Amino acid sequence: MASVTQNLFRLFRGETASGDAQQATGQGSDKAARAKRHSSGLAEFTKVIAGRENLCILDLGPTSPQNIALLTGMGHRIYNEDALLCSFDPKYQSKNEDGTATVNVESFLNENLKYQGQQFDAVLAWDIPDYLHASLVKAAVARLATVMKPGGVLLAYFHTRDAGPEAPYYRYHIAGKDSLDLQRGPQFRLQRVFNNRHIENLFREFSNIKFFLARDNVREVLVVR
Amino acid sequence: MWKSGKPEDRTAPAPQPSAPSFEPKKEIRPMEPFKQPDNFRAADVANIGKSVIIKGELSGSEDLFLDGEVEGSIDLADHNLTIGPHGRIRANVHAKDVVIHGKVDGNVYGTDRVELKRSAVLTGDISTQRIVIEDGAYFKGAIDIKKESKPAASAVTTSVVKETPKAFAAAASFEPGVSPQASFAEEKKY
Repeated sequence: MASVTQNLFRLFRGETASGDAQQATGQGSDKAARAKRHSSGLAEFTKVIAGRENLCILDLGPTSPQNIALLTGMGHRIYNEDALLCSFDPKYQSKNEDGTATVNVESFLNENLKYQGQQFDAVLAWDIPDYLHASLVKAAVARLATVMKPGGVLLAYFHTRDAGPEAPYYRYHIAGKDSLDLQRGPQFRLQRVFNNRHIENLFREFSNIKFFLARDNVREVLVVR
Repeated sequence: MWKSGKPEDRTAPAPQPSAPSFEPKKEIRPMEPFKQPDNFRAADVANIGKSVIIKGELSGSEDLFLDGEVEGSIDLADHNLTIGPHGRIRANVHAKDVVIHGKVDGNVYGTDRVELKRSAVLTGDISTQRIVIEDGAYFKGAIDIKKESKPAASAVTTSVVKETPKAFAAAASFEPGVSPQASFAEEKKY
């Protein structure tokens, strides 16, 4: 079990199972290339949080030192949980009768997305719903609805059909009020494409939803609890 | 001068042209040797090796380098704790400066500073005045930045290895003396 966990963390760091030999030889570069990207959704998100202090913010992406520094620097409290990586933990994985893989939603939610009654003012969901296993998406969003304060905002990205199934998974680092640094993350596979109707249904427990269509086949969504 | 030896005369096989690889190109980071900090002096620091397993309460009044396993609690008060790359901790940690290379499952209270190295895996809350997180560190929990109690210190710095964008620098402001919010996670018991 320990080795499985170790492999998960190595996956998180973008390493491979065969990476040890190459590590010893010192191959590779420590600086992963990052691309800049404008985000209208992030601009709206930062407008909401910028004028206030001591907000509780939940970042569901991989640990980003940049995001933590920025958000704590603005006087906010941040909670970080890499929900996607956690969902791939083998202890939550099982197989259906037909042999297809599935995730045990109950056991996942028993150990993840739990915050001891804490309520969040803002949530950064990034594009996690696109990569989460189908059985987890609705349950995870429903859980998020319960841990957000009324009026709290959630930022999420959804790929459009044109992005294709091989759309790379990125780690998002906030670079400015309306800009992101995109860093290639582990090779998670896009699970599905949501259209606008799907997204509205997914967040039907929320009071308001705003769409921003970006040029790179990503639909940005800012949802208000 | 150049020898005109035949290939079969050579004892070592001739280098073969590399076969095309169909594996996707993956970023491999070089293994970084573990380095002690510049101000590290072995004589001043207690050392617990990687084969040591401690169950219970670990407390002391000197700096500690901990590379073994601890289950219980760690309290070093005003001294520094470094958890080495082999360190496996299931405990709440109290110290002045806490540097983590290994794995910690518990809340970390660093009265001055907490630093997560790229190999660190921390599941638990962090409460400190300053935090440094290297890219690649895994962290699951809440971060509570405590305000410095000294009135002379007007700002709390949160630093990271990667450059902090300047756009947000102006937005960072702190009021000394404000009490931290309640912890997300209750005190863990081991």
